[in-house]
Amino acid sequence: MGALLEVKNLKVQFNTLEGVVQAVNGVSFIVEKGKTLGIVGESGCGKSVTVLSVMRLIAEPPGKISSGEVLFEGKDLLKIDKIHMQNIRGQEIAMVFQDPMTSLNPVLTIGKQISEAIIVHQHVSNEEAFKQTVNLLELVGIPQAEARYNDFPHQFSGGMRQRVMIAMGLSCNPSLLIADEPTTSLDVTIQAQIVELTKSLQSKFGMSVIWITHDLGVIAEIADRVIVMYAGYIVEEADVFSIFENPVHPYTLSLLKSLPRVDSRRYERLAIIPGSPPDCIHMPAGCPFMVRCGFAIERCGVENPLLEIVEDDHKAACWVDVKNGRAE
Amino acid sequence: METNVTKTNIPAISEVEKPPLLLSQLVFLRFKRHKMAVAGVFILILMICYAIGGTFFKTEAFSLVTDTSIRLNAPSSVHLFGTDAVGRDILARTIYGGQISLLIGLIAMILEVIVGVLIGAIAGYYGGILDSILMRFTEAMLNIPQIPLLLVLGKMLSDKISPISLFGRQFSGSVIVIIAVIGLTSWMGLARIVRANFLSLREQEFVTAARCTGTKNRSIIFEHILPNTMAPIIVSATLAVANAIISEAYVSFLGVGVMPPTATWGNMLNGAYNYIESAPWLWIFPGSLIVLTVLSINFIGDGLRDALDPRALTQAE
Amino acid sequence: MVRYIIRRLLQAIPLLFIISIMIFILLQSSGDPLATMGGRRTTRPEDRARLSRIMGLDQPIYLQYVYWLIGNDWVQIDVDNDGTPDTYGQRKGVLRGDFGNSLVNRGKTALELINERLPNTLVLMIPAEIIILFFSLVVGIYSALRQYSLTDQLITTGSFIGFSMPIFFVALASMYIFAVNFRKWGLPYLPTVGMFDPKVGKTFGQVATHMILPIFSMSLVSISGYSRFVRSQMLEVISQDYIRTAYAKGLSERMVLIGHALKNAAIPFVTLVGIDIPFLLGGAVITETIFGWPGMGRLFIDHLTRYDTPVVMGILMLISLAVVICQLLTDIVYGWLDPRIRYN
Repeated sequence: MGALLEVKNLKVQFNTLEGVVQAVNGVSFIVEKGKTLGIVGESGCGKSVTVLSVMRLIAEPPGKISSGEVLFEGKDLLKIDKIHMQNIRGQEIAMVFQDPMTSLNPVLTIGKQISEAIIVHQHVSNEEAFKQTVNLLELVGIPQAEARYNDFPHQFSGGMRQRVMIAMGLSCNPSLLIADEPTTSLDVTIQAQIVELTKSLQSKFGMSVIWITHDLGVIAEIADRVIVMYAGYIVEEADVFSIFENPVHPYTLSLLKSLPRVDSRRYERLAIIPGSPPDCIHMPAGCPFMVRCGFAIERCGVENPLLEIVEDDHKAACWVDVKNGRAE
Repeated sequence: METNVTKTNIPAISEVEKPPLLLSQLVFLRFKRHKMAVAGVFILILMICYAIGGTFFKTEAFSLVTDTSIRLNAPSSVHLFGTDAVGRDILARTIYGGQISLLIGLIAMILEVIVGVLIGAIAGYYGGILDSILMRFTEAMLNIPQIPLLLVLGKMLSDKISPISLFGRQFSGSVIVIIAVIGLTSWMGLARIVRANFLSLREQEFVTAARCTGTKNRSIIFEHILPNTMAPIIVSATLAVANAIISEAYVSFLGVGVMPPTATWGNMLNGAYNYIESAPWLWIFPGSLIVLTVLSINFIGDGLRDALDPRALTQAE
Repeated sequence: MVRYIIRRLLQAIPLLFIISIMIFILLQSSGDPLATMGGRRTTRPEDRARLSRIMGLDQPIYLQYVYWLIGNDWVQIDVDNDGTPDTYGQRKGVLRGDFGNSLVNRGKTALELINERLPNTLVLMIPAEIIILFFSLVVGIYSALRQYSLTDQLITTGSFIGFSMPIFFVALASMYIFAVNFRKWGLPYLPTVGMFDPKVGKTFGQVATHMILPIFSMSLVSISGYSRFVRSQMLEVISQDYIRTAYAKGLSERMVLIGHALKNAAIPFVTLVGIDIPFLLGGAVITETIFGWPGMGRLFIDHLTRYDTPVVMGILMLISLAVVICQLLTDIVYGWLDPRIRYN
């Protein structure tokens, strides 16, 4: 299948009082039709900024998309006008946000919040929008959907609210759904439900999904392809099996080691990644991960490695051949 | 992964960091960045110099001389700001009136802070029935509109106190009355802020710790909790000076505040609207002085609010 | 919702009692009502004693308060002090709508005097409040949307200066510019004093032109303060996650602002305005005095300077009542706007 979304060399920066923050530094990736792309990384690594830029939802100022292309079905979204973009948002590309408590407007009923998108994009009557909204609420598994149409967000539980968010995202049958850490603020059992729900809806509607998370466990379940981000760079990109079976970048490696495993022995402690991500204002000259990296060599402090093909469809940005323990 | 592998070229993190600033330095730095607040300080100093330095050029006796033959004279080289309806020199009166207006602002603020902090602290610290009584009282006070209340109190009391002497000047007793009245009718907002802060602070561990070591309540209130709620008090106190000056102007303007012959910027305006056409200098000079003073104090208050904002203070400079 | 309103009502009643007691004590210790009634003549001692018995001034203050509150037509009064009660009291008390008789305007009740003047004040206040609300919202929202632009900076600085202005200064300055100097320069100028020109009569046009300057003075200060508040509320709201969600749905900027942001920003604004409205009546004292507007504010200051306690007391109580009622209405509107309150 062909590419639905292609992001090329995207760079985003924020002007703050302290200086210019380079949030995204030349990120490129492809989302194929009907497939799921997972984006993994610690908070502040630029994953949310990347997808918000795709939606052109970065507040300008202080934010600025300084270069790059976002090709959606061949059109560069960064070049089209405001009205055109409004038609794409919600209708072609929909987004589900992290915190369903703050992402829903507290003073409007959830019915109103879902149906308004339907009315705007499909130009249907209020009755038709009501019917569709109730269908959607049923689809995402909200009991007594019709009765709950006029309820307010605070009357729902966290998991139910996230289902409402998903219903809102699906309302106009988008070809791409972007889910920005949709399960982070939920209980583990609810998390699983939401993941299952998304997967079933995806197979039903054949849409593509970008799923952002810092939880590799979720990625394993949902993603077809994975990119790992660190400090605004993509450090590794591969299909989901390669990432778990054959990780190449030291950062991916340490992420996997910090994941608890059922088959591990009790006394084995989880690995932690020492230190914290670099300050994105004063970015070090070499590899941004070097300070925390156990494999660092001298070259890492001088030159930032580029994302290069390691094998087949597997890319990574590292000077060191981690598996063989020597520099490439 | 072990961390002690090849660390040769890694810069030490501590090199990048500057030595931490003292809180007061940080506040000062942030205040300095607020240009209007700095301008406010400058204007306020000018005003104080005007009210104090002016005494070297005009005597107080001169400001009180009435001479109806030169009433309502326009500004001239003899009377730079003109004369009022009974022939007094307006320049001299703005100087001596300024002293009173600034004094009223300052002392009424102190009174307001004392009452507001005491009531807020007691209500917030002890809670329970004491809290509800004090808060009902505060609420009732808030529900009586301040200007009419000031007018009633000013009218009732302004002629009850005989003139007093202070700093070699003779004041109308109404100055004391107005200070008391303004101070006692404007503490409610501050009391609510202080109470809210005390309510949250009294649950914190340092207070529990102080209690455990047998510290007296009074000492906990004033030495442990109060210093932690200084920022909003400082901001409120600053703005209170401006509000007191305006309040005095309101009541004196309506003729129930400070009684002549003692001048204030406010009572110089009393009746000025009757001469709006023939003698605009009656209100232009004292009125502008009030506006400049109030504006400069408000700017300072705004700057202090930004500079003392705890959310901003925790961020690195 | 109904229970919520009832609860707020029950809380308002004791509050009004506390306020009335405070005002009563304050005013009873001021002035000498008998001297006020006598005008310039000195009253004979035996008349004084007789009058004070009729008016109940010989009673302890708590009884005086009770009479003021519920009247004394159930008490017998011994007017000539001979040991036998002669007559029942005549007062009906505030609870039955009797605020007492004016001491200055003989033969008129305090309420009659207030009723004569209240419409004039409302004629001034209602348009003023509408103008204030409209412009504060427009200016505040505009300023928030253009944050950090030149217009925003001009508005922010201008409104800061405006809200630091004492209302009398604005009033005097606007009078000086638009009435005195405009006439001097031969431009169409505005009238300064009164409600209408006696030579023309109380026509709509007259009252309207006389209203311009007072309303302008009151609005300028209030708009400055409120627009700052609206701006900061809007800025707070448009940085919220749900606004981003609304944009992500593909709504236009206008739909996001009006449909999503404004309702949230309006909640604290409604509270502020609801509390402030009755205080405008207090501020009216100054505006009405300067512009010679025959409203309640003027009535208040005129009768205060002559120690006409029943009228002053009546006005203060009415304003306090207005404060309490407005707070109640605010709470109801608040509950209507904010579902989180409504369902708790």
